[in-house]
Amino acid sequence: MKKVQRKSKGSVWIVLMIVLSLILGGCGNKGTSASSPSGKETYKIGAVIDISGNSSSLGVPERDTLLMMTEKINANGGINGHPIELMIMDNKSDETEAVLATKTLIEKGVLAILGASASGTSMAMLKTAQSEKIPMVSMAAASSIVEPVSERQWVFKTAQSDIVMINKIMEYLKKNNLTKIAFMYMNNAYGDNGKKAITAAVKDSGISVVDEEKFDAADKDMTPQLTKVKASGAQAVIVWAIPPSASILTKNYKDLGLSIPLIHSHGVGNQNFIDLAQGAADGVILPIGKLTVAAQVPDTDPQKKVLDSYIADYSKKYNTQPNSFGGYAYDALSLLVNAIEKAGADRSKIRDELEKTKGLTGISGVFNMSAQDHNGLKEDSSVLVQIKDGKWQLMK
Amino acid sequence: MKISKYSGLLIALMLLAVPLAAQSNYLYSILIVIGLYTLLVHGLGILMGYAGQVSFGHAAFFGLGGYTAAILTTKFAWTPLPALLASVLLPGIVAAVIGRQTLKLRELYLALATLGFGILVHIIFNEGGELTGGPSGISGIPHLAIGGFTFNNDRDFYILVWVLLVILMTGIKNLIHSRTGRALCAIRESEYAAENAGIDCALLKLQAFIFSALLAGLAGGLYAFYVTFISPSPFSFHASVQFVLMAVIGGLGTFWGPLLGSMVVVALSEVLREVVPLIIPNAGGEYQIIIYGVILVVLMIYQPGGLSGIKRYFRRNPNNIINSSSE
Repeated sequence: MKKVQRKSKGSVWIVLMIVLSLILGGCGNKGTSASSPSGKETYKIGAVIDISGNSSSLGVPERDTLLMMTEKINANGGINGHPIELMIMDNKSDETEAVLATKTLIEKGVLAILGASASGTSMAMLKTAQSEKIPMVSMAAASSIVEPVSERQWVFKTAQSDIVMINKIMEYLKKNNLTKIAFMYMNNAYGDNGKKAITAAVKDSGISVVDEEKFDAADKDMTPQLTKVKASGAQAVIVWAIPPSASILTKNYKDLGLSIPLIHSHGVGNQNFIDLAQGAADGVILPIGKLTVAAQVPDTDPQKKVLDSYIADYSKKYNTQPNSFGGYAYDALSLLVNAIEKAGADRSKIRDELEKTKGLTGISGVFNMSAQDHNGLKEDSSVLVQIKDGKWQLMK
Repeated sequence: MKISKYSGLLIALMLLAVPLAAQSNYLYSILIVIGLYTLLVHGLGILMGYAGQVSFGHAAFFGLGGYTAAILTTKFAWTPLPALLASVLLPGIVAAVIGRQTLKLRELYLALATLGFGILVHIIFNEGGELTGGPSGISGIPHLAIGGFTFNNDRDFYILVWVLLVILMTGIKNLIHSRTGRALCAIRESEYAAENAGIDCALLKLQAFIFSALLAGLAGGLYAFYVTFISPSPFSFHASVQFVLMAVIGGLGTFWGPLLGSMVVVALSEVLREVVPLIIPNAGGEYQIIIYGVILVVLMIYQPGGLSGIKRYFRRNPNNIINSSSE
């Protein structure tokens, strides 16, 4: 033992040197400003995305969308003649890695940072964006990412907050005179945020939550919870979950013969939900961004043109239909490009312009930012759909 | 011998000085993360490398430290310094309570018990409702402030972490060359023999366990003050495995092992993030993980004693090769 101790000392130096040079090498290529053929300097934009790990189903379409858009923007001459260089970092759905990735991008001189995909990773990046004074546009949903705005001056987000979706559901409940509801949610950050939003929404609305049930993301049977819901006298059930548990719940619901309306959240807005529910999804109502039902959106809708062109571009390039996560990325980059167009290469001015964004039509809705609202989406950004014969049907 | 006596201090100074010259927040933050992991892995190293007890639950102590700091400062309006002290002590107390029972278990059974403990604590973080913020975590943790000085930038925090680390490593160096250090080694080699030699194995193992929990708590508390946001995900079972990995890669039962292990694991992941896209454009973390895995497997095949043993390649005397490879 003693022997090994003594011998290790001399060479430890060498190993330390190697490791240190590796680290230094990793961040050595900063400050290189490339020029475009047109002679104008390149605008660097960073993105920290959950490409692998738990949230990869969100991150992959986001990355694909950003790559596609960058190509298109540069082919059309960039921003005011400046080509853009997109630097994408994978945070592996890990909060510590998200912080490190943000710092390395800032070191490389990016003008702003897009990301991250999930609420947790976005929350971890906040402090760095705030203290380094760099605009950050998150693609995650939690409202705490941009609230309170007084502590989040540099942070914006493109996904609708849960409250926007809940308000859409509230409209439906009021219209159909349903005053007693049961709320079921998945035991993770997504369900947790849904619960907070619904608690806030039912306050003073005349609607009461008569039963509240939770279940785990990995649960295989929700019959016990649904039996309680059945006994509670609720007139409608609202579920905040994502597949597969959302699909299992829907199957159990059908098996129990419940006939009150079943309302899901936008978390089930992909084909996967319908497939896994094996036919039980028919009749399910949910609020969702317009992308999923783009073909049924009337031509008079201001978003129609943007939706159609995004779907056409994306499906041509990747041979698959885009989903709402890709849409969040589309909006994040659109917002940023719009701000840089007006502000030029100045982080602080870009932030101001992001805050001043008015009437920017994106995939998730029409953005109207303000000093009090760093999301800028209202209820008109989403629609209620019902599933019929395994297809999404826009509700009138 | 004279030089090597001060080599620890010299290396410490070098490490502290080099990044200051580079003035890079990215470098600072990497070194902060490395420093925090090293604190934790040093505790784990005493437990695993010297006392020979495996723990797959240290992310729980790391998390307990972090959550203690976060909860006390945001929900009970404690000032940061007492909260940091509490975040060191609480994991120690928890370790003392569970340690007496679990440390009676040996080898695989101990590994399973600590694994279970780690998962249990992770569930508590998730289910803690208002107190732990549930899966959404706690945000708005203040910056660490000691006597009017606020550690609100990367450089200051980096200096704080590494000064703490140098103090700690000096202490550990003394510890492992003391009677206690030798007694711990004896437990690792054979508990029965150590018991016969008059060593109170149960007490010593418990002390090592508590010590490692205190250090994990310190690392966790500092992590909370550094990121100023905390959620259950960095404290999952995966993190526990990562810590054991760092300890093993660095070399169990060696003084420099924990530092080398943390450095290599963190640096490798950062370097791969830069290098892999150069080879495979647009490759995400999934490719990095493959390469990462290959490097680790190669390392373990050719250097099973961990990186601290790598010096044998630099020695000329063949006798030493035989000696150290028999380690």
